[in-house]
Amino acid sequence: MKTFKTMWHNIRRSPYQALAAIMVMMLTFLAVSFLTFLIFGSAKAINYFESKPQVTAFFRNDTKQSDINELEAKLRDTESIASVKFVSKEEALKIYQEQNKNDPLLLDLVTADILPASLEISTVKIADLENVYKTLKSSSLIQEVIFQKDVVSTLTSWTSALRKVGLALVVVLSLVSVFIMATVIGVKVSQKKEDIEIMRLIGATNWYIRWPFILEGIFYGFIGAFIGWAIATGALLYSVPFLSSFLKGIPIFPVPLLFFAELLLTEFILAGILGAFSSFLAVLRYLK
Amino acid sequence: MIKLDKVSKKFGTGTLALSSIDLTIENGEFVFLVGPSGSGKTTIFRLITRELLPTEGTIIVNDWDVAKLPKHKIPHLRKRIGVVFQDLKLLLDRTIFENIALPMEIAGINIIEAKNRIEEVLEQVGIAEHKEKFPIQLSGGELQRVAIARALALSPDIILADEPTGNLDMDTSWEIVKLLSLINQKGTTVIMATHNAEFINSLAKRVVSLDKGHLIGDVKKKKKTKENKL
Repeated sequence: MKTFKTMWHNIRRSPYQALAAIMVMMLTFLAVSFLTFLIFGSAKAINYFESKPQVTAFFRNDTKQSDINELEAKLRDTESIASVKFVSKEEALKIYQEQNKNDPLLLDLVTADILPASLEISTVKIADLENVYKTLKSSSLIQEVIFQKDVVSTLTSWTSALRKVGLALVVVLSLVSVFIMATVIGVKVSQKKEDIEIMRLIGATNWYIRWPFILEGIFYGFIGAFIGWAIATGALLYSVPFLSSFLKGIPIFPVPLLFFAELLLTEFILAGILGAFSSFLAVLRYLK
Repeated sequence: MIKLDKVSKKFGTGTLALSSIDLTIENGEFVFLVGPSGSGKTTIFRLITRELLPTEGTIIVNDWDVAKLPKHKIPHLRKRIGVVFQDLKLLLDRTIFENIALPMEIAGINIIEAKNRIEEVLEQVGIAEHKEKFPIQLSGGELQRVAIARALALSPDIILADEPTGNLDMDTSWEIVKLLSLINQKGTTVIMATHNAEFINSLAKRVVSLDKGHLIGDVKKKKKTKENKL
């Protein structure tokens, strides 16, 4: 209890130093929060694209059902193909209606006749996509083939690069936090040098002296992490309407509340470690 | 018991602070440690509390070989020795009560449980009415009493008082010496470093004399004046 009292006393004695420590922690955890959103969002987007049919073949309007069935059966017998799904004109209309249910004008204009029937095909290995694509493209029944390999690979390389840059940023910011926190706490320890000496002379252990400073570092970490998390979460929730329409069809939203809670808990743990480590470093040189 | 066996201390600067000191102080003794500035009085105190390590020799305090004491045991040693520092070493941003409570806090004693002990010590040294004040609000004599009260807080076996009357007028100095004598009468070993010849000549106490790091005298004074009745 006294340790907490001493910690609080130290913080109140130098509010500007406390503010500097909290701000730098906030910046770090703002970056951590945004990076986490990016990683989870991009993972969901990639999963979505990977789970979608990787090749979609649209039939010509005049294609007979028997020809379609024959092609579907042939594809099903091919070992490299994981799944084949036939989407009829009526089903295509249903999908269209579902996607545009809020726009009656678009619904009125379209009938099942003008939508092509299609086959949605996915392969076991991504490398086999190319062959399937070529086979379908050469078929006289097929009007158009959409091949999503490029979308996934572009998205993967972009998110991978963003992750690397983001992680580097978080590492740099964490190091900056540790150094600034160690400096702030170091100044405080230095101001208390005489008190520390007195305490040691009357029997204080090193840990008795260390604890208030370590708790102070953890406190700055917690407050900084909470503010960083709150800003990032607030910004994400505020952007949900815009992002939802931008990422139409990709099931990222709504983000479960548990995700935010887990993120906060993880950030608290990280912030606690960073804060404690910084303070430990700062006190170390005075307690040799 | 405190036993210094052929203890020498040479500082990094080359200054020889103590030279082959042999000194034994039994439990419950009152000893004046006398000598001019730089004679080695404070160095002996700092060696006893393991603030310094001897260059040569052995120091035994209550069966502890001080020089060989592992670092983690030093706080235990220091809790058994109450020190009244020459410069008092009070925490200026804490009240008198909090200053006296500090050793108990460090020892992990619950302050609520310790409250009675602190009140008792405050009464003993006669500063109970100042407990809520800060050190800056007290006179030199009162501050000296606070330092003694803090040294007494954990009921130590030994009190080391380093020039506790150094900056005080004669009347206040006598009060401090009386207080230390009373503490000694209750069984605590007291070693008091002083320059003041009047105390030494007036009180029938053991006097250990130092000069330039050498032990030059160790005598038990006989009663002379009315103060001897202390």
